[in-house]
Amino acid sequence: MGSDQYLPIVVLLIGAIGFAVAPLVLAWLWAKKFSPAKPGHDKNAVYECGLESSGDAWVQFKPGYYLYAIIFLVFDVEAVFLLPFATAFTGFSIGDCLAMLVFIFLLVAGLAWAWQKNVLTWA
Amino acid sequence: MDEALKTELSRQGIVATTLQDLYNWGRRSSLWPLNFGLACCAIEMIATTMARYDMARFGAEVFRPSPRQADLMIVAGTITKKMAPQVVRLYNQMPEPKYVISMGACAISGGPFKQGYNVLKGIDRYIPVDIYIPGCPPRPEALIDGLMALQRKIDAQQLTGPTRPRHLNADEPSEFIVPSFGAHDLEPSQNPGVWQAPPLVNISPAAKG
Repeated sequence: MGSDQYLPIVVLLIGAIGFAVAPLVLAWLWAKKFSPAKPGHDKNAVYECGLESSGDAWVQFKPGYYLYAIIFLVFDVEAVFLLPFATAFTGFSIGDCLAMLVFIFLLVAGLAWAWQKNVLTWA
Repeated sequence: MDEALKTELSRQGIVATTLQDLYNWGRRSSLWPLNFGLACCAIEMIATTMARYDMARFGAEVFRPSPRQADLMIVAGTITKKMAPQVVRLYNQMPEPKYVISMGACAISGGPFKQGYNVLKGIDRYIPVDIYIPGCPPRPEALIDGLMALQRKIDAQQLTGPTRPRHLNADEPSEFIVPSFGAHDLEPSQNPGVWQAPPLVNISPAAKG
């Protein structure tokens, strides 16, 4: 009896997948039978505003914002993880405590590095 | 299917249809135009979509900002020679089946700017046009009439056979020549596969003799 109670979910799952896949299959069959694909240079172009794209998308950008990304990680991710750490602190073993300290150390190292780079001073 | 049998069945409360009718009904009832206007005719096109004229009644209110999602190109306005390559390229980027409404005197023939050095004398020189709507600019009612004419045209299209439309025929092209800027004019100045210059006829009394 235990497995039977999940049967409606399986039926719903099959229905949902069928609902999503059936139009795609029908469209594919329709294209095979009636409407041939006609790819071309313009149609396959990535840019679609009527103009020819100029240059290559794979160019180098000046990574001026990586420092802000580091600071964001330090303060945002640290805050997110410190809250659960604090609530579960009394139940920690030595190993858990060490793992947590290593994690905090890595983030604090980033903060120290940013400090040394003078990012924290308001220019 | 026999038309008399169909009406007889519908009188009994049974709807009978064919795959072709269903397909044409679907296409004509969801003509999504490209969100794209070139000149003053576009203002009338915008008015047509608004509450007073309400093009949504015909399933054609979803103006798509991308040619990948559009079925219908309403060429609304003057096509300058600078803009013509972009218009043709946008048309090429639309997936089949695709339709073109040439809205207003300018898109049909250059309109009041026909003598201008910088104006294309009709978009039909480069891409196949389904419906022409004259006017300068045409009123929203005229655009709705043109849209309904296009719907009737789609309704009459065959799914198979030699008279089937372009998008169902693998041999016919879906992309057309994009003109480029030459020294004096667009090159080529028209697509000969789409448009041929009408023959010049001398109607002066001297030529008649």
